[in-house]
Amino acid sequence: MTASSVRSLRNGAVLILVLLAIWQGLYWMVGDVALRSPLQTVMFTAKLLGSDSFWPHLAETATAFGVALALSVVLGLAIGFALGTNRFANDVFEPMLVTAYSIPKITLYPILLLMFGLGISAKIAFGTIHGVIPIALFTISAVRNIRPVLVKTGRVMGLRPFEMVTRVLLPAAMPEIFAGLRIGFSLTLIGTLLGEMFASQRGLGFLLMNAIGLHNIDVIMALTFLLTLFAGAASILLLHMNRRLQSPA
Amino acid sequence: MNMMTNLAQVSLRGVDKIFPPPAKAAEPIHALGPIDLELRRGEFFSVVGPSGCGKSTLLELIAGLSTASRGEVAFEGRPIAGQIPDGVGVVFQEDASFPWLSVADNIAFGLRRMKLGKGEREARIERALAMMGLGPFARSYPSQLSGGMRQRVCIARTLVTEPRLILLDEPFAALDQQTRLLMGDEVLNLWRKTGATIFLITHALDEATMLSDRIGIMSARPGRLIDIVETGWPRDRDSRIVQEERFGTITARLWGALREESIKAIGRPGGGGQP
Amino acid sequence: MKPAALWRIGLVIGLVALLEVLCLAGVIDKLTMQPPHVMAMDIWRMLASGSLNAAIAKTLGNAAIAFLLAMAIGVAAAIAIHRVKAVREALDPLFATYYAIPIFAFYPLLIILFGLGDAPEIFIGTALGVVGVIVNTLNGLDRVPRVLMKTARIARFSTLETAWRITLPYASPYILSGAKLAVAYSLIGIIGAEFIMSSSGMGYEISFAYNNFDNATMYPLIVLVLVVAGTFNAALGRWEKALMARRGLV
Repeated sequence: MTASSVRSLRNGAVLILVLLAIWQGLYWMVGDVALRSPLQTVMFTAKLLGSDSFWPHLAETATAFGVALALSVVLGLAIGFALGTNRFANDVFEPMLVTAYSIPKITLYPILLLMFGLGISAKIAFGTIHGVIPIALFTISAVRNIRPVLVKTGRVMGLRPFEMVTRVLLPAAMPEIFAGLRIGFSLTLIGTLLGEMFASQRGLGFLLMNAIGLHNIDVIMALTFLLTLFAGAASILLLHMNRRLQSPA
Repeated sequence: MNMMTNLAQVSLRGVDKIFPPPAKAAEPIHALGPIDLELRRGEFFSVVGPSGCGKSTLLELIAGLSTASRGEVAFEGRPIAGQIPDGVGVVFQEDASFPWLSVADNIAFGLRRMKLGKGEREARIERALAMMGLGPFARSYPSQLSGGMRQRVCIARTLVTEPRLILLDEPFAALDQQTRLLMGDEVLNLWRKTGATIFLITHALDEATMLSDRIGIMSARPGRLIDIVETGWPRDRDSRIVQEERFGTITARLWGALREESIKAIGRPGGGGQP
Repeated sequence: MKPAALWRIGLVIGLVALLEVLCLAGVIDKLTMQPPHVMAMDIWRMLASGSLNAAIAKTLGNAAIAFLLAMAIGVAAAIAIHRVKAVREALDPLFATYYAIPIFAFYPLLIILFGLGDAPEIFIGTALGVVGVIVNTLNGLDRVPRVLMKTARIARFSTLETAWRITLPYASPYILSGAKLAVAYSLIGIIGAEFIMSSSGMGYEISFAYNNFDNATMYPLIVLVLVVAGTFNAALGRWEKALMARRGLV
């Protein structure tokens, strides 16, 4: 193991300990009325995962999220490459994308519900619109930041357009694309969850909304814990993949 | 269609390159020309000139990376019409090694378009690695290598296609002086081993004098060839040729012609520091 | 005006025209969306009557507070984190994770802590916006060339002078990038919180209107939020571009 990966493991461990300490500290200050301690949360999460009624909800969310993520990535990359390689299209559409990124998409939620109805498609749509924009924007930036000499080299070697994209543009832009994928992952997740919170009778978002209404702090803590773990693990995994692509040595 | 001597591998006739105006109501940029030039097969030809005179533009025209606004550029008798001709290799000033591939894979990339059997492929890669002293680094990645080594990777990637004409655009500009001189020796070795024609752009006058059979001197923008100097060096030269008396005379002659042009170039906006 | 901008305006107009046609033709039914021209009239009516002014003022006011807090805390935190490399390295993987945390789920807990006033939703708006500011400010701080810092030392600048005269101006376009995100996220936080558990504010009114099939109220409110967000974003973006253009980076 290299010195830097030992260091990052140590830093990560210290960070987790600090976060746990802060959590525990807050719990002592605030009490059972508003929080649960780390230990209580872990135990309740285990109980939740063990109960039969939990899994259908998880499956519903997982399905919606999976589809939304796939759509976000494919569309985001496609838009990103199209606009990144074509200057004029970029000048026309990028400002619209940037504006779309800054719009509080939660305000569009009622409109989506009216368009898609109350089923899983509304959730998928909501998740997708959250994730596709940052992925597209990061990809545009990644493609435009590709060093021109690499493109010139590709041309000198007589690469056809498809080869140029797959053999030079994509690998060269990968590191920055990955940064977009990591954010897109998180945003798609929260988007899907938000989509479930209001007009669904199934899914983790529904459970969460229910718990908020019933003031069920155990469930709120446990679900938040699960989601954070999941997103955190995915983010670290993607970061790891990113690092390996950047310096394969 | 004119009778070209079969020694002329590259010919430029009446070539001009004009770029469109950068903003509305500005002038189009007459970057280069008119240029008439013939490169003889197997010679080592350098081009020197002040910043912004269009040296790189000239190289890109010969490489087929851009098209002439006027006139004709031909390689081995056939006009280059915006197409990269076969048999031409290019090494750029910036590091163009692909960071996501190992040294060996970088070099192998050069062979993509060629239909070669596996055995021939591997043999060529081995030869290129050996020629550039990269054998021990075949499995390394560019990020682990110094700037000079990375340029060698780029040169090896070009060599592997066994080009008949090699274009070098200030390939050693990013390296320190000592490394430059040593790389110069290596390029001369390569030149002798491969028998290719070499076209080198440099702003270092001593480098041009040391390496070349002929040196073209370009004026400030729009770049034209004001003079072509024959060095008359023997083919088996190396960097020790700097000791020759004629070395000083030739370099002085180059500077004599260039000094005026360089002053003109610096006075112009954007005329400092670009080739 | 540049051709790209003309195309963009043309596209937007075309889209609105398409919506108008589809609505009038009945392809999009009245319950889903009313025609744009009706929306425009409804917006006018709503603003003129002033019936929702209190809600609008509350939401936008709270969003502004959340935005300012996010900027202040974010920039300060970024400067602090930037100095300690270990902290930076540890936190880097987590910034992307932060966006996935359902912070609004803590709304009821915040009510217990802060009471029923505006504080809980301002907290949420700030918490959502602060990470974007931190990440972008860190990015900007990264890019300050070391040679400029050396120049400051040779000129004997104090820490504060260096930060004020060199670091912050150099990082300012990136800080503006973070500000754009903070505008968006503070609005999201406030409105989202109002959706969930408020009895006043634009989020509540939109939710109420939706549940009562009151498109005449819902759409104007939504459009208003989008316009406010879009306007601030455009203004900040223009400022950012101007700063970048001065450096020849556009």
